[in-house]
Amino acid sequence: MRNPVDGSTSRGAVASLSATSLTSIAIALVAAALVAAPLLSLAGMAWVGDADLWPHLAAYVLPVASVQTVLLLAGVAIVTVLAGIIPAWLVTTFQFPGRDSLQWLLPLPLAIPTYIAAYIYADLLDSAGPVQSALRAVSGLHAGDYWFPPIRSLGGAIFIFGAVLYPYVYLAARALFQSQSATFSDAARTLGARPWRVFYRISLPLARPAIAVGVALALLEALNDIGASEYLGVQTMTLSIFTTWLNRSSLPGATQIALAMLVLVAALIALERYGRRWQNYRMAASSLRATMRIELNGKAAWLAMAACLTPVFLGFILPAVFLVREAMTRLLMQGFDGDLLLHTANTVALASVATLAVLAIGVATALPLRAVRIPSLRVCLAVASMGYAVPGTVLALGLLSPMVAIDEAINALTVWATGAQVGLVLAGSSAALVVAYTARFASMSIGMVQAGLAHLPRELDHAARLSGAGPFRVLRGIHLPLLRPALAAAALLVFVDCLKELPMTLLLRPLNVETLSTSIYQYASRGSFEEGALAALLIVAAGIVPVILLIRLTPAMKGSQSPPRLAVAGPMV
Amino acid sequence: MFNRVNTAALFAAAIAVTAASSPALAQAGDVNVYTYRETKLIQPLFDAFSKDTGIKVNVISASSGLEQRIKTEGALSPADVLLTVDIGRLEDAVKAGISQPIVSPALDKVVAPQFRDPEGHWYAISMRARVIYASKERVKQDAITYDELADPKWKGKICIRSGQHMYNNALIAAYIAKHGEAKAETWLRGVKANLAQKPAGGDRETARDVAAGKCDLGIGNTYYWALMTKNPAQKAWADATKVILPTFEGGGTHVNVSGVVLTKSAPNKANAMKLIEWLAGEKAQQIYADANFEYPLRTGVAINPIIAGYGTLKADSLPLAKIADNKKAAAALVDKVGFDN
Repeated sequence: MRNPVDGSTSRGAVASLSATSLTSIAIALVAAALVAAPLLSLAGMAWVGDADLWPHLAAYVLPVASVQTVLLLAGVAIVTVLAGIIPAWLVTTFQFPGRDSLQWLLPLPLAIPTYIAAYIYADLLDSAGPVQSALRAVSGLHAGDYWFPPIRSLGGAIFIFGAVLYPYVYLAARALFQSQSATFSDAARTLGARPWRVFYRISLPLARPAIAVGVALALLEALNDIGASEYLGVQTMTLSIFTTWLNRSSLPGATQIALAMLVLVAALIALERYGRRWQNYRMAASSLRATMRIELNGKAAWLAMAACLTPVFLGFILPAVFLVREAMTRLLMQGFDGDLLLHTANTVALASVATLAVLAIGVATALPLRAVRIPSLRVCLAVASMGYAVPGTVLALGLLSPMVAIDEAINALTVWATGAQVGLVLAGSSAALVVAYTARFASMSIGMVQAGLAHLPRELDHAARLSGAGPFRVLRGIHLPLLRPALAAAALLVFVDCLKELPMTLLLRPLNVETLSTSIYQYASRGSFEEGALAALLIVAAGIVPVILLIRLTPAMKGSQSPPRLAVAGPMV
Repeated sequence: MFNRVNTAALFAAAIAVTAASSPALAQAGDVNVYTYRETKLIQPLFDAFSKDTGIKVNVISASSGLEQRIKTEGALSPADVLLTVDIGRLEDAVKAGISQPIVSPALDKVVAPQFRDPEGHWYAISMRARVIYASKERVKQDAITYDELADPKWKGKICIRSGQHMYNNALIAAYIAKHGEAKAETWLRGVKANLAQKPAGGDRETARDVAAGKCDLGIGNTYYWALMTKNPAQKAWADATKVILPTFEGGGTHVNVSGVVLTKSAPNKANAMKLIEWLAGEKAQQIYADANFEYPLRTGVAINPIIAGYGTLKADSLPLAKIADNKKAAAALVDKVGFDN
C-alpha cells in the first residue's frame, strides 16, 4: 500500500528494520535527546517561575516586540528570497560574462557575522560616517537639517540581515535548480516557453521545499540574533528575552517567552509542511541530467551580471574591503598578534568536529524515514530541528544542567572507582561547545538532507534493493553520492555558522579558550570593534575555504565541465 | 569532502586540537576567574599578579549568564572568583546564592563601607561615573543636572543608548531611589521627549553622534571618552566634545562600580583571597586606573590625568545597594514609558 503523503511503504515496516535502520534510529534518538534535554531543562526553569511578569510584558513589552519581530522577519524574507533566488536562477540557467566567478562569490556573505555587518554599515552610513560627511561637505548642510535613511533602525536591520543572510536561500535554490530534471524545462522550452516562464511555472514551484528550508534558516538566524538587533535598536522578541532575564531579573520569565516563541516557530514550520502535504517532488530516475545554459548577450547579459553582483557587493565585497583596510592599519601600527593563530586553530577545530557530528546526524535521521514510516521517528526529527529556533545564550543555559548532571554521574563513578574527582569533563571542556553547536545546527543538515532526499527517485532504491544490495550499499553507492550537493551545502552552512557563533561560545567555552568570534567580542564590547578586524577577516578566510571545496567537489560548478551551451538570440524575457 | 582518508585525518586533527585546548580540570595552585570584564582589559592585571605571586590565573570572559553557569556547575565548578561590572550584577550573584563572605580586615581598611556589601559578599574594586558628552561648539554651559535632561530646551538634542542597558538601568534606578517612581516617570518621559533619535548603539556611538552634530548632549561612561582620546580613529569625537560631570539635584554624580565575588564553591579559596586582596592593592589600583581610565577606590592612588581633567568628582552618596534594589523598577519604568521604542 502506498502512502498518499510520501509514498513510503508502511506495511512490512518491521521487516525492513535492519541493523542499519536500527543504528540510524538510535542516532536519531540521540540527536533528539541532545536537543530535547536543553529544552526540557528550559521548561523546568520556566515552570518554577510564576506568571507575575506577564501583565506587565503584555502591556508594555510584547506588543512592540511582536510587531517589530514580524516586520523584521517579513522584510528579511522578502530581501533574502529576491537576493537569493534571482541570482541562483540566473547562474544555473544562463551563461553571461562573470557568471563562473559570481556563482562562487555569491555564497560568501555567509562568512560575515551579522553583528560585524551591523557595525560596519553603521560606521559607513551613520551621521559621522564617510557617506553623510561627504554629503554634508558637498551640500553645506548640517546634521539634522536633512533626512537620511537611519541605519540604526528596523529598515537598516532588514537591509543588513538580508545582505548577509541571502546565501541560505541562494545555496538551497542553486542546488535545486542545478539538480532539477532537465526534462520539464526542456519540454517547456520546446513548446516555446521563454526562460522566465519556465522559471516561474516549473523551476520555482519544484524548488519550493528547498527554498522554504533556506528562507527558514535565514529567518531563524535573524530571529535569534541579539548583537545586531540590540546595536541597531530593534526591539525584537529575542531582545525582550534578554531584558526580561537580565533587567527584569526573571530567568523563568525569559524562558517562558523563549518557549512561547518556540511554539510559534514550530507552528510556522508545521504550516509550511501542511501547505505542501499533497505534493510529490520526486523525479523519474531517467531524467537526472543537467539542463543546458542559455548564452546571454548585450543588455540582458549586463542586467544578469548586475543582479548577481549587487548582493555580493553589499553582503561581502564592501564589508570585506572595510575589514581589510582596518586590519592593515592595525597590522602596520601594532604588528601581528600571535594569539590569533591559536584562536584560529581552536575555531576551525571546533567547527570541524561539530560539522562532522551534525552531518552524521542529518544523514542518520533523514534516511530511515525514507525506507520506513515510523511516526515516533518523525517526532524525534521534528524535535531535533528545534535547536535552531532557540536563542543561542538561552539554549546554552538549557544545555548546562544536563551536561553537569552527566558530569556529576561521571564524578560519582570515578570517586567510587578511584577515590578522586575528575571535575567537569563535559561542561568544563571544549566538548560542551561541540555539543552546543551540534544541538543548535542539527536542524540545518536534517532539513537539507530531507530536501535533497525528496528529489531522489525511489525507483533507484528499489532497483538496488532488488539487485541484492544491502542498505549500507544503497547508502554508500546511491544515496551519499546523489546527496553530495545537499550534504556539501549543509556542511558549508554548518561549518561557517560554527565559525561565526558567538553567544553560546562566550558562555560555554572552557577556561583560557578563545575563538575568533570571542576575541572580536572583546574589542567590540570596549567600543572599538575595528581592533578585531583581523580576527573577523580570519573568520571570512576560514569560511571561504569550504566554499572553494564546495566548488571543487561539485563538478557542474566548474567552468571547464559545464554542460554544453545553447546560444539564443534575443532578449532574455 | 567524503574522501575517507582526508576526513579521518581532519577528524583526528580536530579532536586532538579540541582535546588539547580543554583543561577539563585546572591545575591546583591556580586561581580560576569568571569575568564580565574583557580579557584584553584585565590580562595585564593578571599577568602582574602572576609575576608577584607565582599563581597562574585561568580566565573565562562572557557578556551574560556567568552567575547561572556557576550556579549550575554547582559543587564541581572550577570558578573561584567572579569579576563583574555594575552593582545590579553583583547583587544578582549574591541573590543567586553563589557567593561566600570575603573575610579580610586588610580589605576593610582600604575599601570604604559604601563600596562593599555589609556582609562581605562583594567588594567594589573600581568606579566609573555616568556623565554627559557635550558638544564644545553648541553647548555653552559647563554644569548640568540629570534633572535638566528632561528640560524641553534640549528637545531633539539628546543621544543615549538603550534604556535597558545596565549602565542606564542603574542611572534610572538611582533616580527612582532618590526621588520616587512618580517623579522618575515624569523625568524619564521628559528625557524621552528630548531624544534626537531612537536609543541604539553604545556610548561610543553616542559620542560619535554628538561630534557629527546629530545631537548636542550624549550620555556615557567616563572611561569611554578617555579611551577615545587614545584611539586615532576616534580622537576627533573626543576633541569635538567635552565631559560634564552632572549631578542629581541636591546630590552628586551617579557612579557605578566593578567588583569582585568569591564563589561559594571556590576550589582554590586561598589563592582567590590573595587575588582579591591584590586587586585592592596600590599596584593593581594604579594599573586599573591607567589602563581603563577608572576611578581607583583605594585612597592615595592617583586618578589618571585624563579623567581628572573632567573636574572633581563628587560621587552621589546614595548607597549602591539602593540602586540594585530599584533595578527591576527601573527596567519596568523604561518599558512603561516606551523609552526604547
